[in-house]
Amino acid sequence: MAQIQVRDLVKTFKVARRKAGLFSALRGVFHRDYYTVRALDGISFDIGPGELVGYIGPNGAGKSTTIKVMSGILVPDSGSCRVMGLTPWQSRAQHVANLGVVFGQRTQLWWDVPVIDSFELLRDIYNVPHADYRRTLDDLNDCLSLGPLLEVPVRQLSLGQRIRCELAASLLHQPPVLFLDEPTIGLDAVSKLAVRQFIRHQNTFSGTTVILTTHDMDDIQALCSRVMLIANGSILFDGNVDKLKQSYVTEKRLKVEFLHPPHMTPLSDKVTIIENQGNRLELGFATGQLSVPQLVNQLAAMGEIKDIIVEEPPIEEVIAQVYEELGL
Amino acid sequence: MKAYLSIVRMRFIALLQYRTAAVAGVFTQFFFGFVMVMVIRQFFFSGDAQGAMSLAQAVTYIWLGQAMLGMMPWNGDNEVIAMIRDGNVAYELCRPLNIYTHWYCRLLALRTAPTLLRSLPIFLIAGLLPAGYNLQPPPSPAAFAAWLAAVAGALLLGCALSNIISISTLWTVAGEGMLRMLPALVIFFSGSLVPLPLFPQWAQAIVNFLPFAGLVDIPNQFFVGTLAPAVLPLMLLRQLAWTAVFVLIGAGLLRLATKRVVIQGG
Amino acid sequence: MNGISLYFKLIRISVASQMQYRASFVIMSMGMALVTVIEFGGIWVLFDRFGSLQQWTLAEVGLFYGIIHCSFALSEALGRGFDIFHRYVQRGDFDRLLLRPRSTVLQVLGQELQLMRFGRLAQAMAILIWASWTVGVQWTVLKFAVLLFAIAGGVLLFIGIMIVQATVSFWTIQGLEFMNSFTHGGTYMAQHPLSIFDGWLRNFFLFVIPLGCVNYFPVLFITGKQDIFGTTPLFQALAPLAGAVFLLVSLYVWRFGLSRYQSTGS
Repeated sequence: MAQIQVRDLVKTFKVARRKAGLFSALRGVFHRDYYTVRALDGISFDIGPGELVGYIGPNGAGKSTTIKVMSGILVPDSGSCRVMGLTPWQSRAQHVANLGVVFGQRTQLWWDVPVIDSFELLRDIYNVPHADYRRTLDDLNDCLSLGPLLEVPVRQLSLGQRIRCELAASLLHQPPVLFLDEPTIGLDAVSKLAVRQFIRHQNTFSGTTVILTTHDMDDIQALCSRVMLIANGSILFDGNVDKLKQSYVTEKRLKVEFLHPPHMTPLSDKVTIIENQGNRLELGFATGQLSVPQLVNQLAAMGEIKDIIVEEPPIEEVIAQVYEELGL
Repeated sequence: MKAYLSIVRMRFIALLQYRTAAVAGVFTQFFFGFVMVMVIRQFFFSGDAQGAMSLAQAVTYIWLGQAMLGMMPWNGDNEVIAMIRDGNVAYELCRPLNIYTHWYCRLLALRTAPTLLRSLPIFLIAGLLPAGYNLQPPPSPAAFAAWLAAVAGALLLGCALSNIISISTLWTVAGEGMLRMLPALVIFFSGSLVPLPLFPQWAQAIVNFLPFAGLVDIPNQFFVGTLAPAVLPLMLLRQLAWTAVFVLIGAGLLRLATKRVVIQGG
Repeated sequence: MNGISLYFKLIRISVASQMQYRASFVIMSMGMALVTVIEFGGIWVLFDRFGSLQQWTLAEVGLFYGIIHCSFALSEALGRGFDIFHRYVQRGDFDRLLLRPRSTVLQVLGQELQLMRFGRLAQAMAILIWASWTVGVQWTVLKFAVLLFAIAGGVLLFIGIMIVQATVSFWTIQGLEFMNSFTHGGTYMAQHPLSIFDGWLRNFFLFVIPLGCVNYFPVLFITGKQDIFGTTPLFQALAPLAGAVFLLVSLYVWRFGLSRYQSTGS
């Protein structure tokens, strides 16, 4: 059975409509218009133990609403959600003990005291036995090289250092499920790599199920075997990253270098010439309409080929294209 | 001036959106007013005011204090203070505009908008209360005019004082101290806790000399009639003199702070 | 780890945090103390002018004043988390507490023990001591127990009010100001004897928010003064229980608000 099971979740919010200007502000004192936003419009998915799932979508798509429902902070209007057999909003205390949550933009550590004090408090809050705590902390310490950071008050940590401590803090009670909400936001390249490496390590060696929301497609590419794309409260795609590309990548690029300037002959109308300079030629072509071997045959007729590179557009562009198609 | 008007307008719109806040504020001021009126009534019934003022005057004085509460300088400009605390003020200090004036105008707007919004319902309802509990109209049109003028004076004075509070938070510890101490002094010596005419005879000269009287007591006394409209020029002079003193102190402190920031390199 | 010892662990962190800002802590405590002294000054001014308040003397009123301010200062120190709870909601910090497998009430209470309120407590105790000495209270163990009981009842009552206030912030943050009527307004009311107020206000503070029970009746018991309501000493001694009852009710209100917060996600 799936570890996390979500069925037909619906969540709506009521929002007041406000117009600009003094007059409408005055009117607003007496009368207000409301409209409802469907933040979640019937989403369903299953996540198995040990999966590492990327959860992506534009701002306001319903990502954090989903996370909040799954962590028991929000109660949905309808639908069901079970995490390890528990309904989050019905047995909050029991449920959240199975959970580690990191919000990249917010801290769970006590701001003015050394990190280790926060850790010990969390140990007591989650009733972690001392021996287990010691062992977990040692492991986390090794993976995240927290060492000297533990004695420093949180407010004096850099963002990268803080996120490492946040990750450790959320895992002290060894939760089987970990929610990461934009854990790499604002991090420098080195810190990002360290965080990704740690997430992969935790997922592989402890079997922790990880759900990761992010806007950084490199996170997805580097970590996730599976990706869910949400927009306007519905899940538009659920599958592995390659499949996402197959579904949405409609154009590939082919760069070819000839030994001599090629004899240009008309190419199929499915091909667009992006660049044509001396020995080099860059083409774009629609996948599914034309295969790479067919194209290479045509090109071989134009001259002796020195090198060929076939490129897919970066995932960033794919996602941007998806959003654009959806009119987001 | 234009900047001032547009800030007033912005504040007004913002406040109107928070209609619940306005209602809650009026309710709270009403509640306080009622308790204070009942206390003062019992004191008047228990002893003799020795001619300081009549009960009706004291009650009106209290309601005025509640109605005009939004003008009281018991804090600084919260946005400016937040800017100082998170360090963004460094940019502001390096800008080529007169920050003192800018902040002062912001404060004028901050104090005007809520007062306009909240005072009207209090005037209205307090005026309609049963006799003995109600706010009574000023004794003459001249008294009303004098009150209006003195309210303007109180606004100028209060904003100069508030600006000092904002500016003093540039020095962390001293600022916290100002933020905590000043409200107590303002409440007590302005007359918003107990009408100043009821203070002991020997203390009258002191409380009247202090700048705080200009915030509440002077306008209120014109309204209830314990001050004659004829003394308006003198009272305005007093309010404006203290305003000038506070403006000088505030601007001086700000200059000092700017120098410090520039030396430290921002 | 059980709730009580977890609470103390949380509080230890809060205290350690405050100790990092020692200078501003000292200044703020002094500021707090000044507020309390000055407010009592307001009562003194009125007694100086009018001589008495019904059958009460300044020192007797000092007993009311001292007890209610002891309670208020303690409850503000202990209940700080609920007092500023709207900030946690606004910033989303409350979500973090929901993510922990512990009672929300315990966690919110454990957010902060505001030490600087002890400055106010010290002042209130000083006034209480002066008042009981001037009144010439014949202290017995029983009377002293009733005094402590009254202060404790007041603390529970005020914390209950703060919990209700925090619950309100699940619905509206702007409207919170009206709760000041009951905390600050209630304190202001309760620093005077309940008997001086008009019937409706008196009933409100007996039956809705029972501030009179934690303050007025115990003082009657301690001073042995005649009660205009004709209550018995046994009732007067036990009246502060109302504070505990109020707290229990407020916890139910809290639970209701919490479920509503989770279903609306304001």
